Amino acid sequence: MQLISKVTILDGAQMRRVVRRMAGEILERNGGSSDLVLVGIRTRGVPLAEALAQELERMEGRAVPIGSLDITLYRDDLSTIAPQPVVRESHIPQPLDGRVAVLCDDVLYTGRTVRAALDALLDYGRPRRVELAVLVDRGHRELPVQADVVGKKVPTRAQEEIKVSFQATDGVDKVEILGREAKG
Amino acid sequence: MNARAWQRKDLLGIAELSPAEIQLILDTAESFREVAERPIKKVPTLRGKTVINLFFEASTRTRSSFEIAEKRLSADNLNFSTSGSALEKGETLIDTALNLEAMSPDLVVIRHRYPGVPHLLAGRLRSGIVNAGDGAHEHPTQALLDAFTIRRHKGRLDGLTVAIVGDIEHSRVVRSNIHLLTKMGSRVRVAGLRTMLPAGLEALGAEVFTDLEPAIAGADVVMMLRIQTERMNRKLFPSAREYFRLFALTRERLRAAREDAIVMHPGPMNRGVEIASDVADGPQSVILEQVAAGVAVRMAVLYLLSGVREEEA
Repeated sequence: MQLISKVTILDGAQMRRVVRRMAGEILERNGGSSDLVLVGIRTRGVPLAEALAQELERMEGRAVPIGSLDITLYRDDLSTIAPQPVVRESHIPQPLDGRVAVLCDDVLYTGRTVRAALDALLDYGRPRRVELAVLVDRGHRELPVQADVVGKKVPTRAQEEIKVSFQATDGVDKVEILGREAKG
Repeated sequence: MNARAWQRKDLLGIAELSPAEIQLILDTAESFREVAERPIKKVPTLRGKTVINLFFEASTRTRSSFEIAEKRLSADNLNFSTSGSALEKGETLIDTALNLEAMSPDLVVIRHRYPGVPHLLAGRLRSGIVNAGDGAHEHPTQALLDAFTIRRHKGRLDGLTVAIVGDIEHSRVVRSNIHLLTKMGSRVRVAGLRTMLPAGLEALGAEVFTDLEPAIAGADVVMMLRIQTERMNRKLFPSAREYFRLFALTRERLRAAREDAIVMHPGPMNRGVEIASDVADGPQSVILEQVAAGVAVRMAVLYLLSGVREEEA
């Protein structure tokens, strides 16, 4: 089934404003950026972490360490899918102990990715707190997971997809809903 | 079908692999390498999977390397070695394997002194088979870990000159290495005493030398093989001292290779026979890195094979 773009939810300017607000909320929650580590979940969480880090640095005048996390090895569906998905490298700035790790992902959906990411992250150390920042929360949770910082809540149908593009990886900043062509 | 998808149930040898499959294993291993650097060196990926290490021939380091790889992937593993087993009581190889399979392992890692045994079992068992060395035929994970180590240092495999020196005939690593390196675009030279050079190496794509210096001249990689001193009884070479004089890699001889050449050895090495101590411990030696690479490569192989079910293979 070919999915086509139905609606653009955020264009470039809107997306930059949303990211700026998310960075502000992260600072407010943590009273600054001194203990923060941003951890992007591969693949689209990484450019979000980078965009947030850029904003945080602009606001606070201090660089925030960024890591990337590949959750393939922690997926709960490895025995049901075949062949095996490609594993990519994780890179976590050490040490995490005593710091606040902010997991970043583009879309929060079933919550299974976040569950896997928590397991993966805790194998690297014991952060003082873990927070979750997502650009889009589209609902349909299958696990009791919620985000601390949300860019935009978007009610969706299960057949639809959310496509997030970043300047750094896709050449454009944009969030779209994809779905089948609407009838009539 | 996705070009990045692994489709084989077994890893029996390098000969049948495509360059893309080799690349996929090496890239996957790159991700697993990082697991060894974490505070918690274990991922839950193969939770609930069972791996049997079936070793019909003694092997300490290959088996340990597989064992660590299995444990770091959270698989349950079992070591089955032949001493004291039913094989000594007259059971056939196939019966032993079928009995093990009745316990429903997902993967069986096998080493045997006869070429082709892993292939034989792969046709009989539903479990995935990993060849951990079948005589002097193939030892695919060793070739993969060697290639992984070379690629980390040189950034590539194509266009490199790799010299493999020593007891070419009895080595279990040479064939797999020649297959792998030539497939990936390296030039392979092999060198050894005439008594240790089997026929047919040129047909595999290697250039054959009977002296050390011309073989390593300008090489990017010098891979030394173990000389088994027990072979002296078979008069393949007169003495360890004589061998050292003719074929050992010394600091002086290594100057013939490229200045940035790396020195490798699959172990266990005989210092003062095939390699001088100052070379083995020198700045160009990557011998211990090979050991670390072995765990990452074996994790990658176990991971990829465990995702293929029989009906798809």
